[in-house]
Amino acid sequence: MAKISLVVNGNPVNANIDPRTLLVQFLRENLRLTGTHVGCDTSQCGACVVHLDGKAVKACTTLAVMADGHEVRTIEGLAADGAPLHPMQEAFREHHGLQCGFCTPGMIMTAVDLVHRKGHDLSDHTIREELEGNLCRCTGYQNIVQSIAAGAKAMAKSDLA
Amino acid sequence: MYEFKYHRPATVRQAANLLLKNEDAKVIAGGHTLLPVMKQRLASPPHLVDLSHIEGLDGIEMKGRSLVIGATATHNSVANSAIVGEAIPALAELAGLIGDPAVRHKGTIGGSLANNDPTADYPAACLALGATIVTNKRRLKPEEFFQGLFTTSLESDEIITKVMFPVPKKAAYIKFRNQASRYALVGVFVAKRPSDVRVAVTGAGSEGVFRVTSFEEALKKRFSPKALDGMTVPSDGLNGDLHGSAEYRAHLIAVLARRAVEAATAKPDASVA
Repeated sequence: MAKISLVVNGNPVNANIDPRTLLVQFLRENLRLTGTHVGCDTSQCGACVVHLDGKAVKACTTLAVMADGHEVRTIEGLAADGAPLHPMQEAFREHHGLQCGFCTPGMIMTAVDLVHRKGHDLSDHTIREELEGNLCRCTGYQNIVQSIAAGAKAMAKSDLA
Repeated sequence: MYEFKYHRPATVRQAANLLLKNEDAKVIAGGHTLLPVMKQRLASPPHLVDLSHIEGLDGIEMKGRSLVIGATATHNSVANSAIVGEAIPALAELAGLIGDPAVRHKGTIGGSLANNDPTADYPAACLALGATIVTNKRRLKPEEFFQGLFTTSLESDEIITKVMFPVPKKAAYIKFRNQASRYALVGVFVAKRPSDVRVAVTGAGSEGVFRVTSFEEALKKRFSPKALDGMTVPSDGLNGDLHGSAEYRAHLIAVLARRAVEAATAKPDASVA
């Protein structure tokens, strides 16, 4: 077993885990943060994307023990319970950026990371290139791209990063 | 994934000692090749030695006329480094073509080289640019380092610490991606160096990355896509699989080599060289 302490969505977390526990397993099964999904489980689909020290990573291909001492942010950490949604979440709702919703947490975490790296004014081309590691099997992406472009702009005016 | 014992050394020396003490231990940095393989139970190392917390192993700097990249530098940091972008823009572009943004945040140059996947991108850059792979024990040229499919000359307690790339006059990498895996179906790295021209191919060779000397000689006489007109590579020794036959890959090598020369000549000469 391995002792880990990390910060998840702003809260300190301590745990004693089997070193082979994946970060996504740890988030879902130990912390019950089930917003982060397991899609392909082979680092292709991006349903498991979370932020590790502010950078988008695939939680299905990261050991929880390697996140020891680091900071993790999941979809649950974007906006507080009961508070208004994060602008990127709101944009997905407004622009119908989801159908079944399975890929959505990963899409949104990838989109927020994209805005942090490339700013608020994103071309459709940039968004499509950057979504390379996120698969959606419902929407055909058009509405996701629109949502991200709108969410990126809305983030410029919001207090939520 | 099978059980393993996890170790987190603070220095390369500690890491090497752990490797020496624990037979069949594996090094992990970004984990973006090793973890998928372990999840499929194709590998079951009893010990993992995590390099990701060793300080100073991920630096990027110029030393004289060489670009020096630390072993745990991620693809993302190479792709976005102003130093790499100025010295060897083709290398920054190559790093930006690996996987997807989330993968690039974790995967490392050292991990890619140590794994020597026959479809990985970095081996082509190392071979074409004549890089030096520096370990905790010695310095290796790519010809000594790459030893065939998923095989390198690294000893069991040897760890890559950095890679030194001499700055070429011109260089470009063109990759024909497998749409599903984003690995190179074929990738060609062309480098015009002060004394010669090198053409390295990844994704195609059944023994991993290799050079096309006939193309190199033609390009040394005249560094232009036209120099390769009518030239082909034999399909012997190339991979054929459900993604493409050996003949198809041979065809791609010639096409991509021309495109790479074209891209390299379109760029201004490196100021550092």
